[in-house]
Amino acid sequence: MARIELKGIRKSFDATEVLGGVDLTIENGEFLSLVGPSGCGKSTLLRVIAGLEPQGAGEVSIDGNVVDGIRPSARNLAMVFQSYALYPHLNAFDNMAVPLRMRRLSTVERLPLLGALLPGRRQQERSIRADVARVAAQLEITHLLQRKPAQLSGGQRQRVAVGRAMVRQPVAFLFDEPLSNLDAKLRVHMRAELAELHRSLRTTFVYVTHDQAEAMTMSSRIAVMMEGHLVQVGRPADIYDNPRDVRVAEFVGSPKINLLPGRIRDDGRLEVFDHILRLTSSQTAGNCRIGVRPERIEVGSGPFSGRVIHVENMGAEAFVHLGHDGAEARVVARINDVRRLPEIGANMAFNFPADAVRAFNSAGKRIDVTAEQAERIREAALV
Amino acid sequence: MSDNAAAIGGIIAHPAARKEATPRRSRVSLTPYGLVAPALTLMAMMLFGPLIGVIALSFTDYQLGAPSLSWIGLGNYHEMFADRVFWIAVRNTLVYVGIVVPGAVTAGLLVALLIQSGTSLRGLYRTIYFLPVMATLIAMAVVWEFMLHPQFGLVNGLLREVGIAGPSWLQDRGTALYALCAIGIWQAAGFNMILFLAGLVSIPKQLYEAAEMDGASSAVARFRLVTWPLLRPVTTFVVVISGIRSFQVFDTVHVLTKGGPSKSSEVLIHTMYTEGFEFFRSGYGAALTVVFLGFILILTLVKARLADRGAQYA
Repeated sequence: MARIELKGIRKSFDATEVLGGVDLTIENGEFLSLVGPSGCGKSTLLRVIAGLEPQGAGEVSIDGNVVDGIRPSARNLAMVFQSYALYPHLNAFDNMAVPLRMRRLSTVERLPLLGALLPGRRQQERSIRADVARVAAQLEITHLLQRKPAQLSGGQRQRVAVGRAMVRQPVAFLFDEPLSNLDAKLRVHMRAELAELHRSLRTTFVYVTHDQAEAMTMSSRIAVMMEGHLVQVGRPADIYDNPRDVRVAEFVGSPKINLLPGRIRDDGRLEVFDHILRLTSSQTAGNCRIGVRPERIEVGSGPFSGRVIHVENMGAEAFVHLGHDGAEARVVARINDVRRLPEIGANMAFNFPADAVRAFNSAGKRIDVTAEQAERIREAALV
Repeated sequence: MSDNAAAIGGIIAHPAARKEATPRRSRVSLTPYGLVAPALTLMAMMLFGPLIGVIALSFTDYQLGAPSLSWIGLGNYHEMFADRVFWIAVRNTLVYVGIVVPGAVTAGLLVALLIQSGTSLRGLYRTIYFLPVMATLIAMAVVWEFMLHPQFGLVNGLLREVGIAGPSWLQDRGTALYALCAIGIWQAAGFNMILFLAGLVSIPKQLYEAAEMDGASSAVARFRLVTWPLLRPVTTFVVVISGIRSFQVFDTVHVLTKGGPSKSSEVLIHTMYTEGFEFFRSGYGAALTVVFLGFILILTLVKARLADRGAQYA
């Protein structure tokens, strides 16, 4: 159980800046996902928290104590690596027992033959055995304990790695893309398991991933990182629905958000594909981008039209790619009824409600827009 | 209906197919032998031929250059086992192997660990420690002879600086063999270092990070938890290779001591050389060679056993 505070963390490798001043507070018992495209510095940030990588500047504190300069082994954090990093010469039981033996036994007691003769060693060993067995039962890997890592499948190794992290009850768990070596089906399964594990342990989880779906489905909060900076931190629904930056909007959600070329007119109204939306902005006139999620596009009728270029039928739902004259980007729309899919090449009208619009200025920052209708109602009310 | 047709077709087709198969099978059975023939021929010429020759020769009284030879059965072996010099040579060889193998393996591992953990000048240190392997040992032996010279040598000079009167290393019965051991360690450590370095590079870095997170805060603890077990296959190989190479020790002995003083540094291969090429007793030399090959065979079998276990473990 720990609250982890990061203040102005900077890190450079030679001339390239990887972390450019990260401030973040991870609350006690929270499941926080650090998410971002590869190379954004999220793994480096995790390694800074772990102490495996010294930061260039800034301060890491755990439960109010500054831990800079304290060895990783003394921070009482546990880490699950992408490659699992199980000791190949030890079986699953011994792998899980390592953190306990390192902490509970002295150097002399750990000696192969001599150690076994020392008094108290047997008792220690018995308590270690009990602790490992308890965690193994919790993870349902009791039958695998005698196997070497080479004899385990990817998912089983994953569980042993999690078990090794759990067994000594650390103050926080750090996960470095732990699911990326698993196949798609198992990944979805382990996603649910890790989320359940977090609920039962109620310990702080810091989870690094490049997969926005993992972040969305498991975390209580998401921190989106881009180019060494935190762009937005918030609850998954908030990040999805209310992105403050066009890069966040594009990164989160699959398929990607539709970004249409728009313009803010001189009178403050928003215009897209020569159609005036019922939205106004207080920003100065100029180009902007109109973001609309695929599920908010309504096909069948509306002022816009496009030619069907591609249809992706997922079984339960389908995505229709529409090419629009004068626009480079395709518009992707979700169709919930897969029994009525359009032909490729057909023309299709589409529309989207005004409240589905997320507008971004040319620098990529979110523009606040107000719905015209609402204003009119308010005006009517005032009169 | 179609099943029946297929069955009939099968019956008709079967004898024809069998007739066709017979010549093809004999061709197939010849092909593998044809493919291994070049290697077999070479091995017979270079390995088995000389080996059988040596074993056969060890049962004769052949002398180099003699016009005739006669079969004397185990005569050479009887003489050998009764000879004091032979037993001294065996004892000295075993002492040499017993000192050089642990010494060269430990030194190689220590140097490899130091180089691996260093941050700069790695290439330079690697080259320095590998130099003895590349240098001609005969030439290096001459350098060692100067260094170990009782009066003008560097070693005794340094000892004199700290007030110790060094022995006359290579001329002293008590130290000659151990001086040779030191040279052997110096010579083999570089080769072992390269093998250990290769082994160290192949250990995933994340294992050390995992060990650190698991509480192995000291370098010794990480070495015991990760490095040593993961280096086991390399260590086995290095031990066996060092063993075989130190059994073969000859050049330093021949250049520096010639087995002396009074046989105190006599080793198997040197006895073999003296008997075979100085006293021209080829038959007796062959018998010594057979004993030597026996030792090498034991080492090779041990290695094969350990390598098998290594494969299971990986």
